[in-house]
Amino acid sequence: MKAAVVVFPASNCDRDAATALEVVTGRKTQMLWHGDTEVPAGIDLIVLPGGFSYGDYLRCGAMAARSPIMRAVVERAKAGTPVFGICNGWQILAECGLLPGGFLRNAGLKFVNRPVTVRVEDSQSIFTNAYAHGEAISIPVANGEGNFFADDETLDRLEGEGRVAVRYLDNPNGSVRDIAGVFNETRTVLGMMPHPERHVEAIHHNQDGRRFFESLLGAVG
Amino acid sequence: MTEITPAIVAEHGLSPDEYAKILQLLNRAPNLTELGIFSVMWSEHCSYKSTRVWLKTLPTTGPCVIHGPGENAGVIDIGDGDACIFKMESHNHPSFIEPYQGAATGVGGIMRDVFTMGARPVAMLNALRFGEPSHPKTRHLVSGVVAGIGGYGNCMGVPTVAGEVNFDPSYNGNILVNAMCVGLARQDKIFLSAASGIGNPVVYVGSKTGRDGIHGATMASAEFDDDSEEKRPTVQVGDPFVEKLLLEACLELMESDAIVAIQDMGAAGLTSSSAEMASKGDAGLDLDLDAVPQREEGMTAYEMLLSESQERMLMILKPGREAEAQKIFDKWGLDFAIIGRVTDTRRLVVRHKGKVEADLPVSALADEEAPRYTRPWVPTPKKPVLAPAACPAPADWNATLLAMVGSADLASRRWIWEQYDSTVMNDTAQGPGGDAAVVRVHGTQKALAVTADCTPRYCLADPVEGGKQAVAETWRNITAVGGTPLAFTDNMNFGNPQKPEIMGQFVGAVEGLREAGLALGYPVVSGNCSLYNETNGQGILPTPAIGGVGLLKDVTRRASIPLKRWGDQILLIGRTEGWLGASIYARDVHGLAGHAPPPVDLAAEKRNGDFVRGYIERGAVDTVHDLSDGGLIVALAEMIMAARIEDIGAQIDLPDGVEPHAFLFGEDQGRYLVAAPEDVAKAMLSEAQAAGVPAVRLGVAGGVHYRIGDLVWLDIAALRASHESFFPTLMAAPIN
Repeated sequence: MKAAVVVFPASNCDRDAATALEVVTGRKTQMLWHGDTEVPAGIDLIVLPGGFSYGDYLRCGAMAARSPIMRAVVERAKAGTPVFGICNGWQILAECGLLPGGFLRNAGLKFVNRPVTVRVEDSQSIFTNAYAHGEAISIPVANGEGNFFADDETLDRLEGEGRVAVRYLDNPNGSVRDIAGVFNETRTVLGMMPHPERHVEAIHHNQDGRRFFESLLGAVG
Repeated sequence: MTEITPAIVAEHGLSPDEYAKILQLLNRAPNLTELGIFSVMWSEHCSYKSTRVWLKTLPTTGPCVIHGPGENAGVIDIGDGDACIFKMESHNHPSFIEPYQGAATGVGGIMRDVFTMGARPVAMLNALRFGEPSHPKTRHLVSGVVAGIGGYGNCMGVPTVAGEVNFDPSYNGNILVNAMCVGLARQDKIFLSAASGIGNPVVYVGSKTGRDGIHGATMASAEFDDDSEEKRPTVQVGDPFVEKLLLEACLELMESDAIVAIQDMGAAGLTSSSAEMASKGDAGLDLDLDAVPQREEGMTAYEMLLSESQERMLMILKPGREAEAQKIFDKWGLDFAIIGRVTDTRRLVVRHKGKVEADLPVSALADEEAPRYTRPWVPTPKKPVLAPAACPAPADWNATLLAMVGSADLASRRWIWEQYDSTVMNDTAQGPGGDAAVVRVHGTQKALAVTADCTPRYCLADPVEGGKQAVAETWRNITAVGGTPLAFTDNMNFGNPQKPEIMGQFVGAVEGLREAGLALGYPVVSGNCSLYNETNGQGILPTPAIGGVGLLKDVTRRASIPLKRWGDQILLIGRTEGWLGASIYARDVHGLAGHAPPPVDLAAEKRNGDFVRGYIERGAVDTVHDLSDGGLIVALAEMIMAARIEDIGAQIDLPDGVEPHAFLFGEDQGRYLVAAPEDVAKAMLSEAQAAGVPAVRLGVAGGVHYRIGDLVWLDIAALRASHESFFPTLMAAPIN
């Protein structure tokens, strides 16, 4: 699997995502600059990392969604290349319309970083097939505006189509219906608020996040 | 031209004597712009004029020291060609006036001090002091400061991994916000600030200059009164997004060899950075303010020179390297402007709109000619020792312990640290809530251990012992996680140095730092002084906050607080006399103050610490906690409460012949609790005897209660409920 991580000016989990991918795949991760207009050929997975993209003084991810690289990422996503947006990456995916819904400030109105327990709602996807269905795992959130929101009709559709990927068991930010991550229609795009890349090595709190990357390695090859 | 009157001189915070010295140095009267430059350069904040003679007595050398005090931050050798660069700095005055921005720009400023030397920041710490929890301003200040630290550090993507918080009425009008940044660089890629190379370009990069923060350094060198709110315009506004760009752009340029010297624009902005670069390089600078990127129209030379707009750097480049440097700053969307040249005149010459606005000898601003004072001081009188009988055992042990673990100074700080991103960068092996944080050196097996500590009530009672204790506690906390302490940074927060008793506190604390640093082989490599922390004549507790850095050779061999296994033997290492003077128990339970704090036996400190660390380094021990505030009874409660995967209680009994409450609540120094499997514990006890280290077995980990003899019997859940509720309750209470 040849993975790429997009670097926006104030991405700050880009190195973390790249390192986690390298730990799991044993291959160097390609970094893509936000000003680039193309995703190189041969990229099997695109990761949009956490951080503050363009400062996020406007709605989180709103400016990043309009960056040159995102036009190319959207094209590749529509052509079926898997895209994994983590934290700010999910906000960007929502802002550019690849995933439904949007984000409010956390219900507690404060930034929150702590491990949370989430349930893997679908273990058939390319992102989650190394987990058991319904498995509870512990990975950290680190966000100020992670409070996922969508109208009831959209939420009912997501639930009906089985597109809720992970759900909080101890909702840290007020996300509607405890949703911690959602797929697109084809399950090739996943946006998720907690950070699996922070729980992959022995020095971390645990290694519960590792299997997202192992799932992708297994599925994409 | 404005005539310089005594009133204008006084408004600039300069004494009549200091002004007379300026006249003598220049052999003429300064113009207003020049007076403004002297005002910031000779401020206490920039010149260290009251403290320098004492700071010079501190031990600043050692086998690990690469650059001690005098650079933007201290640099130490951590092996394999790696360097650790760190410093702690205060942002007290601005944070009281505008807590969010004051704290945020404090974080931004200290990060720049570290990355200007070529290091990538990898860990942030903070040491915070607030007034009484019930004071009407306290909650506003806590909430603003914590949000500001988080708002800036989280966006930068540097984990905030450790810190400390105290509450005391003496901080009601002067909170302390001390931020520490720890960075990593290669030893052959360290950047200094001495300007050199006649004709080399002086380059300005980063944010544009505006009118914010003018005279911040002067404000930070004065006392507050009832009108301090009016000083809000002197507080700077931070933009962590631009700082992140500046960090990445600087580090990218530093990969080349284009930079001769680089300095961040912190306090006193362009003035101080240019004067210091010229002074260190024994050179002059000729600056043209018309070339400075400006955010506002019509700024005067005075305003541009004294602005403390954030996220700016000054660099000297090698000739001919301007284009390649500019390309990098263009890529990151930052301003880049050549604003002057290095000269051999040893003068700082500033031009604006074709006119020379300032022409001053560099020596008068930043080095030999700037004022130095040996201010009058009186030693702090020694306090009486508190006898255990005068501070009796609690009537209800369980209720007392529950109240203590939920009290302002001992309660869980989770409410604070969960607002900080402590896990970004993926190298945090031990985050907030431990004795020291452990941060892996990326891509290696080794790790840094970092901590910030001070016990101001000890320093008030006895500045020398308190100063020693602050250094010893950082050393002990680093040791408790398995690190070898290497060096420390000091952030000296005191009241008005023109009062002999306050100056005496400072002198005493420096003496304590000196003795501890020498005895422990633990030098100071950087620091900062914040004086005049007084409101309406009332000073703060003397607070020499210490930030310590140590090294673990193998990150997998470390210790942490939580009890981990049923059946582990609980050992107490170090001598316990039952010292209750200046303890939390004496203060909070009996309202007793004014007694001598626990003495620090530095030889025992070292012996005990080296003994414990040896077991951690060998992988034999993984559960250690240092004993500090609240004594043994609180430390063991913390080890029980910290276990998260499964509840593990503890059952201990007291050694024969001890006074129970003095043994349990006393704050004797140089002690650790260790929990280890039976065979290890047995070996430790016998080896301790041979090593001259006091060690005693107290009991065993296990059960779901905390039991001490027939004195204490508590549910773990009840302990946790009290420990965790203080901050959420305080911060959620309705405003009355």
